[in-house]
Amino acid sequence: MIEVKNLVKKFGKFTAVDHISFSVKKGEFFAFLGPNGAGKTTTIKMLTTLLNPTSGEIRINGHSPADDKDEVRRSFGIVFQDPSLDDELTALENMEFHGVLYGVPKNIRKERIEQLLEFVELWERRNDLVKNFSGGMKRRLEVARGLIHHPKILFLDEPTLGLDPQTRDHIWSYIRNMNQEEQMTVFFTTHYMDEAERIAQTVSIIDHGKIVAQGSPSELKKLTNSLSLEDAFLALTGKTIREEEVSGADRMRIIRRMHR
Amino acid sequence: MHLPCWATKGVLLLWNPHYLFPAARPQGITNNQLMLIIYILWLRQIKRYFRSKVRIIGSLGQPLLLLLALGFGFGPIYQKAGGGNYIQFLAPGIISMGILFTAVFSGIEIIWDKQFGFLKETLVAPVSRFKIMVGRTLGGGTVAVIQGLIILVISMIVGFKPADFHLFLFGLVFMALIALLFAALGTVIASILEDMQGFQLIMNFLLMPLFFLSGALFPLQGLPKPLVIVASLNPLAYGIDGLRGTLVDGVHFGLMHDFIVLSIITSILFALGSYLFSKTQI
Repeated sequence: MIEVKNLVKKFGKFTAVDHISFSVKKGEFFAFLGPNGAGKTTTIKMLTTLLNPTSGEIRINGHSPADDKDEVRRSFGIVFQDPSLDDELTALENMEFHGVLYGVPKNIRKERIEQLLEFVELWERRNDLVKNFSGGMKRRLEVARGLIHHPKILFLDEPTLGLDPQTRDHIWSYIRNMNQEEQMTVFFTTHYMDEAERIAQTVSIIDHGKIVAQGSPSELKKLTNSLSLEDAFLALTGKTIREEEVSGADRMRIIRRMHR
Repeated sequence: MHLPCWATKGVLLLWNPHYLFPAARPQGITNNQLMLIIYILWLRQIKRYFRSKVRIIGSLGQPLLLLLALGFGFGPIYQKAGGGNYIQFLAPGIISMGILFTAVFSGIEIIWDKQFGFLKETLVAPVSRFKIMVGRTLGGGTVAVIQGLIILVISMIVGFKPADFHLFLFGLVFMALIALLFAALGTVIASILEDMQGFQLIMNFLLMPLFFLSGALFPLQGLPKPLVIVASLNPLAYGIDGLRGTLVDGVHFGLMHDFIVLSIITSILFALGSYLFSKTQI
């Protein structure tokens, strides 16, 4: 479903992603883990057509972002780390827009939106403005929205960051459901190692732009002789804290958090 | 909030970008779907505008203040100096001010939207960036025109009298052109800036000079040469001149001249905006 061969991304002299290769099977739960600044976000941006790679091959559902951007985009849904909902519109309106953007025909659109909103238990609140939703509700809405066009792959960038355990549990159960019913592939990143351990079938760990280990959680634990995925992760990536540059986006993110 | 079918079709026909950019239509998508996408982005801007009554009132504050304070403050001196009724002169300038700032801000909102808003969604959607930019800019322009109309109504309450109803309809054309021009400019700026830090710079070194050196507040006749040159490079000056010409009848450059200059600059900015926007990476 996802094939990556020798992917490279350079920003000037700095190599963010350094010849990584991996593949994700259809219907698989794939966790992409790594310390801050390892190249996770850059990789995801390349997979989701937001960034152009410096070199290397990507195939998503058989299509290449370089040749066929729109077909690739039709194949996946994404829940970003920062909410990308329109605060001043209602939940229903946000869903409608997505449906129109992805060319879902009108009758199917109405049906699916209702189905999905019921699925994430937000149908009652469909006419409320999103700015009045809690963080958990917004995330549930984003998951529902990402699924309207029935994508083959769902990308999730830290989907449960800052959420309470009940919401986290609910979100993963919605996703598991879709995975079972539609064989939807799930590609996610997270800093919550316990989640990754519970949910992922394959874990890939990236550090300094290179993949340092890949396998099932139990394989990785065996490899590093650890009791938990978190320990395996720390063993593989070291215990020093990674310094990061604050980008313009990070500055805005901080301001946004202050306003909440 | 839904527009009736005929109004939608009318609006879309009026603003069909395919008359200007026929190459923009990709294979496999119906004409209807294209229009729907642009419409929905346009509609989004409109909905957002009307949903924030507080913001509408707040943004009317400055134009209103200038209109009342300057209008009645400078009125007597202007009259004495032989200029006639200052409110008649000033109102088109203030209307343009409202349009200018609303339009540019709606474009600049894109910076925020890129990271945290709906726009990020659209960047991964199988929709051409061009369509997104068109829908959004048209929406921003429409909102700016509505703002201008509100200011027009208020200035009429305060004593402004448009000269002629038929000319007034042409005035709407100029309002729309100013709105589109600056909405496109806002998009260009937003595609270049990475965060809101450059915004102060833009405000103080671009927008304010554009406004103050445009003939909005004082006539361009008889000014020292340097100011005249700056004004003739200022797109807003042509917009205000056109608006004043159609609403009041005090033209400096000539109506046709204004219309042509504005159309050309708007088209250039539109093209530049779509190009830069399509290259946006987040």
